[in-house]
Amino acid sequence: MAFRKFLMSAAVFVTAGVALWFALQSPLLAWRRPVYILAGVAGVVALVLLVVQPLLIGGHLSGIGRVRGRNLHRWLGLGLVGAVLVHVIALWITSPPDVVDALLFRSPTPFSVWGVLAMWALFAAAAVALLQRRGSGSPRGWRRWHGGLVTVVVAGSVLHALQIEGTMEPVSKALLCGLAVLALVRVMVDLRHWRLWCRS
Amino acid sequence: MSKLSLTRRHLILSGASVAAVGLSGLPVPARAKGVAPTRSMRGGSNNYLPDAPIVDRIGRGGFWMTGTVRRAGDGQPLSGQRIQIWAHTTEGHERDPHSHGATLTDANGQFRLEMPQIVPAFGQPHGHLAYDSGTFKTVFLRPVMASAQDKTLEAHFVLEPA
Repeated sequence: MAFRKFLMSAAVFVTAGVALWFALQSPLLAWRRPVYILAGVAGVVALVLLVVQPLLIGGHLSGIGRVRGRNLHRWLGLGLVGAVLVHVIALWITSPPDVVDALLFRSPTPFSVWGVLAMWALFAAAAVALLQRRGSGSPRGWRRWHGGLVTVVVAGSVLHALQIEGTMEPVSKALLCGLAVLALVRVMVDLRHWRLWCRS
Repeated sequence: MSKLSLTRRHLILSGASVAAVGLSGLPVPARAKGVAPTRSMRGGSNNYLPDAPIVDRIGRGGFWMTGTVRRAGDGQPLSGQRIQIWAHTTEGHERDPHSHGATLTDANGQFRLEMPQIVPAFGQPHGHLAYDSGTFKTVFLRPVMASAQDKTLEAHFVLEPA
């Protein structure tokens, strides 16, 4: 069991490291300003966090139990919101009209709509979690909404990332996207998330 | 007198030939409406800087933006029309003034402007073109390259009077 966890952790961190390394080696960076490069890196970091977040809740990473995992999940969740904000704001600084088009759902690029949907779902998922910590709402209710929203976040982010011709290398990007989906599905199945949607 | 026999084979053959003529569009007459005007593309006007100067080449070149300008209706080529071009290239961002340039169409309504290699920006390798000179209605185009390795990109304008 410990060995399997180790393998899983190693696979995730190697894939994330390789994907980030490739993105930082992209020839496109030579023709981008620092703020545009920052926007891209923030997007890659956000994608990596999408893989890690469910694994922390499921206790699937070596040396991180469920209690510590849950605690770390909260912090990395805030980090994820921060990474997406940096991604959008830095893109805005790079080319305001393109970001305005994306936010208003009138962008010519087919991936923008998925990215914007995922962003709003992420903000909502974070808000639901924060409200729960303040003690309002039932545990069952907030988990249901948090789980439903993060499903939109992962699906939207994967559709967003895969269609972009950017600094990420295509194979490592696809692997990272695959891991994000697998991690989410695994934890949803383990926690029998769908039961939260049935009447008790 | 030859016997007129309608076998299944005849029926299929004649049916197929009727369908072939019908589908190939042979009897379709010339359309009265003519050549329809080009609509501006979504995002086409992003980072537009009006009145880009007419240049022999943008930057150091190496990439060709080509296309045609025709009149709506009869499709006649329009000569001397100013087309403005800009893109994210190896020499600058879309917003940089030095990434912008303009050229005029020749007697055949064709234009060609050498510019630096377009590189993917905001997720797609794309260029921007504008007709914005007043005589005809303004049109902004945003063609996307099939491959980021391409050395040319084309865009075609059909303009209607303003």
